[in-house]
Amino acid sequence: MRKVYGTPRLWIRHPGGGLQCPGCGHPLTEKIIAEVIDELGIEDKTVFITGVGCSSRSVLTINVDGVFTAHGRAPDVGTAIKRVLKDVIIITLQGDGDCIAIGTEALMNAAFRGEKITIIMANNLNYGTTGGQLAPTTLTGQKTTTTPEGRDPDVYGHPVHTAELLAGIEGVCYSARGSLSSPSNLRKAKEYVKKAVTKQMEGKGLSFVEILSPCPPDWRMSPVEAMKFIEEKVIKEFPLGEFKDT
Amino acid sequence: MERIFVQGNEAIGWGALMAGCEAFFGYPITPQNEVTEWFAREFPKRGRVFLQVPSEVSAINMLFGAGACGVRAMTSTSGPGWALMQETMSYLSAGEIPCVIALVQRGGLPGEANVRHGQSCYFSATRGGGHGGYRNIVLAPSSVQENHDFIQLAFYLADKHRTPVVLLTDAIIGQMAEILEVKTLDFPPLPPKDWAVGGKGRRKDKERRLILQGPGTMGVPPHTTWGKFAENYKKKLDEMKKEVRWEEYEVEDAEAIVVAYGYCARVSKAAVKRARKEGLKAGLIRPITLWPFPYEAIKRREGARFIVVEDCLGQMVEDVKMCVKDDVRFVGILDRHLPTVAGMIMPERVLREIREALG
Repeated sequence: MRKVYGTPRLWIRHPGGGLQCPGCGHPLTEKIIAEVIDELGIEDKTVFITGVGCSSRSVLTINVDGVFTAHGRAPDVGTAIKRVLKDVIIITLQGDGDCIAIGTEALMNAAFRGEKITIIMANNLNYGTTGGQLAPTTLTGQKTTTTPEGRDPDVYGHPVHTAELLAGIEGVCYSARGSLSSPSNLRKAKEYVKKAVTKQMEGKGLSFVEILSPCPPDWRMSPVEAMKFIEEKVIKEFPLGEFKDT
Repeated sequence: MERIFVQGNEAIGWGALMAGCEAFFGYPITPQNEVTEWFAREFPKRGRVFLQVPSEVSAINMLFGAGACGVRAMTSTSGPGWALMQETMSYLSAGEIPCVIALVQRGGLPGEANVRHGQSCYFSATRGGGHGGYRNIVLAPSSVQENHDFIQLAFYLADKHRTPVVLLTDAIIGQMAEILEVKTLDFPPLPPKDWAVGGKGRRKDKERRLILQGPGTMGVPPHTTWGKFAENYKKKLDEMKKEVRWEEYEVEDAEAIVVAYGYCARVSKAAVKRARKEGLKAGLIRPITLWPFPYEAIKRREGARFIVVEDCLGQMVEDVKMCVKDDVRFVGILDRHLPTVAGMIMPERVLREIREALG
């Protein structure tokens, strides 16, 4: 008998019960990260860092040292920890608003410097915690609470492709985009995360993985509809795959 | 012990080195550039971390990370950069992260592009510009030697209370050169930092540690409930208040007492000495901690005539007014010897105020 599916060894059920909404993608991303840390045998030297948003509380659910930081500033905090302690593995989990809106300066400059850290950006197309407002990643025409008529490119421009953007920076050694929307995509997303952390262990530079993640309540959809929406619409705007692998 | 002739800004670096500071994160801003450049020159060759960062927001958040690892780390800035750091000052307090911020004040008026001297940041350093009503210890040196000594005291107090500590100095102290004795100061032993992160493998119990910018709302240690966090923070404030420090000069029989910090304390001391020569009973109270403020030291002298000397339109004067019923005289930025950015408050001007107060 071989166990093929289960709760990761390093995943902790929070005493307060579920932390996210029904159908949220974060528990799956946490599962990926927890499994990768376990499989790579880096539990004792990993510091897991979250920013502000629905990803904040993920710091509670993975059983390694954790830091919950200011909005957008996980790459700064990760940089400092890596530079000071050197022999640590830094993994951040940030939302798209945290990572590529308010945290752009921290993210981009960590990339420019080629910091040896891994950044996981959960892209759910909006600000989930605050009720579903426009993010830089919101699809063109997509309705949010601050774009009730849909995102107008004349006002807000077009969705930002973070994984492709980072692939163009010299200090970045790995950049990929995965999705949680099907079992096969989930497996691939985990491979990307594992590869990204491995690159960090090899000291190659900043590694980045964007993960398309469902947000059913703010998308005004059922969990199943949200997964279908990613498969049919979101992947068209945000193609999956590896954009840099050096 | 080594005696060298250096600027006050460089003395900050020497003091940090003597204190065992391991990391510095900085962004260029006048009039503190010699601080950042000192660390760039002296730290990497000693195997310590120096990093120039893209903004002061970045600097203070890197301090959050380095402090969370339990190493001694600092940054340095001036008014506008200090303003940018306020959000994370609140998180550093909440996350109980020891670290040191050297704030070399400039200007004395709101938004001043004046990069020369002034005492513009008393309010924002002692009251905090971030959210939540946090407080942090603020130390006010008034010589090159004190820049060096107080940065060591700052690291000690930061570790003792698990709090950010601000060294509130100014451009005159920072840019002038004096003889400095470089030496490691002695402080009482500190508890081990078993709360710090860095990987479970670093500690015997192999249990994880969490550092949270918002403790008390997540149901995990060290503060499993909001109420426990609130109670603990109040207790912490009470403990920090016991660190109040000040210097008294000729106050026992003084009928006029000047209250001043930083460069203005130097100027005021000169004025008090001259007043004494004239037979005037003048004295000086120099707060060394601006928070906690030495309210008791001033209240105890109630009945004397108080003069506050401060190179701005009046900030610390409000704290002095809280201590005494009578009017408090004020010598400020409009009393500089020249009405320009190069003007300074001079001993003559303070002496005149002492004479008038006692006249």
